[in-house]
Amino acid sequence: MIHFEAVSKTFQRRPVLDAVDLTFAEGDKVALVGSNGAGKTTLIRCLLGEYNCYGKVSVSGLDPRAQRSRVLGRIGFVPQLPPPLKIPVGELINFTASVCGTDPAGMEDISGKLGLDVPSIRRQPFVKLSGGQKQKLLIGIALGRACDILVMDEPAANLDPESRQVFFRLLSECPPETVMLMSSHRLDEVASLVNRVVELDRGQVVLDDHVADRVDPAAVQQCTITLSRHEGALINALGEWGFRDMEDGTVWKGTVAGPDRLRFLGMVSRYAGLIRSLELKEGVA
Amino acid sequence: MMDKSPMNHLMLTARLDVTESIRAKWFIVYALVFGSVMVLLLGSGLTESRVMGFTGLSRTLTTYIQISMAILPIFILITTVRSVAGDREAGVFEYLLSLPVSLGAWYWGKLIGRFAIVFLPVLAAMLLSAVWAMVLGHGVPWAEFLFNVGLLVSLAWCFLGIGMLISSLARSPDVAQGVAFTVWLVLLLFLDLILLGAMVREQMPHQLIVLISLLNPMQVFRSASMMVFDPELVLMGPSAHVILDAFGRTGFLIYGFVYPALFGTFSAIAGFTVFRRGDLP
Repeated sequence: MIHFEAVSKTFQRRPVLDAVDLTFAEGDKVALVGSNGAGKTTLIRCLLGEYNCYGKVSVSGLDPRAQRSRVLGRIGFVPQLPPPLKIPVGELINFTASVCGTDPAGMEDISGKLGLDVPSIRRQPFVKLSGGQKQKLLIGIALGRACDILVMDEPAANLDPESRQVFFRLLSECPPETVMLMSSHRLDEVASLVNRVVELDRGQVVLDDHVADRVDPAAVQQCTITLSRHEGALINALGEWGFRDMEDGTVWKGTVAGPDRLRFLGMVSRYAGLIRSLELKEGVA
Repeated sequence: MMDKSPMNHLMLTARLDVTESIRAKWFIVYALVFGSVMVLLLGSGLTESRVMGFTGLSRTLTTYIQISMAILPIFILITTVRSVAGDREAGVFEYLLSLPVSLGAWYWGKLIGRFAIVFLPVLAAMLLSAVWAMVLGHGVPWAEFLFNVGLLVSLAWCFLGIGMLISSLARSPDVAQGVAFTVWLVLLLFLDLILLGAMVREQMPHQLIVLISLLNPMQVFRSASMMVFDPELVLMGPSAHVILDAFGRTGFLIYGFVYPALFGTFSAIAGFTVFRRGDLP
């Protein structure tokens, strides 16, 4: 479906992509990982037809540069940094819906599911929204239109745990043949959402592997954690994850989205010495 | 389903640019400057005064046009290159150009939207002067008024086109701003008052001086606007004879309107060619 054939890109004689060969088929959920400057954003911009490059990029045989309207009509994109647009939220939704030939209600509906009250911010300039609100709206715009390719750059970085759960569930509701390309600095952010990992380093593909252990994106796990003593930093962190205190600040309960499991355990591992017991149960809504 | 035609996308982009620009600080300053200039001219009693045979609104419009020639080009150039190159650097292009809008609809829509936004305050100030003249009971010289509006349209379009070309060529707001300022300075230096005057004093060939003045859109605007109240271009000296012999009065008035507009259009087309072929964000 998506082909990169010997794609190279240089900026001021510095190679950013170096003869990249990649093919993404229908249903591929790809984590595009790598450090800063690895070439992730450049690869995405080549796919979006925004950069000229050597080699060939094609989407179902179409050139994203020459046939941009047909190609981009199929791609929902969430950038890493929200654009500093001064236009009101309502205008942004209407504009994107109009150029995509879709109903703005779908975008508002998805944004609403993520916890964004669109009617109350309709007249507010987009740039004045908080980081989380901007992210929710951009996700709402990308998922609220008909597309079979989703390109997301650090899509869940600014979302709170509750919104992340909804976001993962929304991704799980996409048609199975949808291609998802998720760029991230950290694999643990997106590992559970993907079935393939592509790592870039200095413009080259250094890892292209399939992930066998895949968690259902819509799954939610019930978690009970018992602490040996009251520790402020950990309690704050649990609070941010939406956990509730069940007993004198030592027993905490909450839910963790399946795809967030690795990230949650990463957070808890920093306080391993304080953990008396930890239980994660699958299949609890 | 919405209409997905390129024309619809062009108008959507134009509207987006207007909505975006109207909220920008530069537009507030820009509108205030032109509004204030006109209010000051009207408040100074210029409309009621009689100097060198000019009375009423003619004198106000003449002064306004001369002031506009000094500030409109640099305002348009700097605000255009700053906002367009700034949008590119800040990621606005990356996001909005990931949408299925054609590059032609995007570029020309942006140009049209921006033209509306830069010309609106200038036109509003002129309309204010016309209303003021009517309130005071002076007649409004409509032919002169409309010709001046036409000249300003042409001048604004010209520098907008140049601004879009510079924005396409320069990759950063700082470089774009530097180039825009240099372009404006060069055109300003080749006005009859400055370098052309010096060239005349140095007895350089008249043909060369006239050619330079006819190629400089700012000078063409200045000469055409002078011709409105000085049909023989007495103020310009001997060069006027060459111009009038070659064009005639009507011909030069048409040239004064058409040339800057064409200059702007060709600059914009060159800018589009560069934009379409280069990296977008």
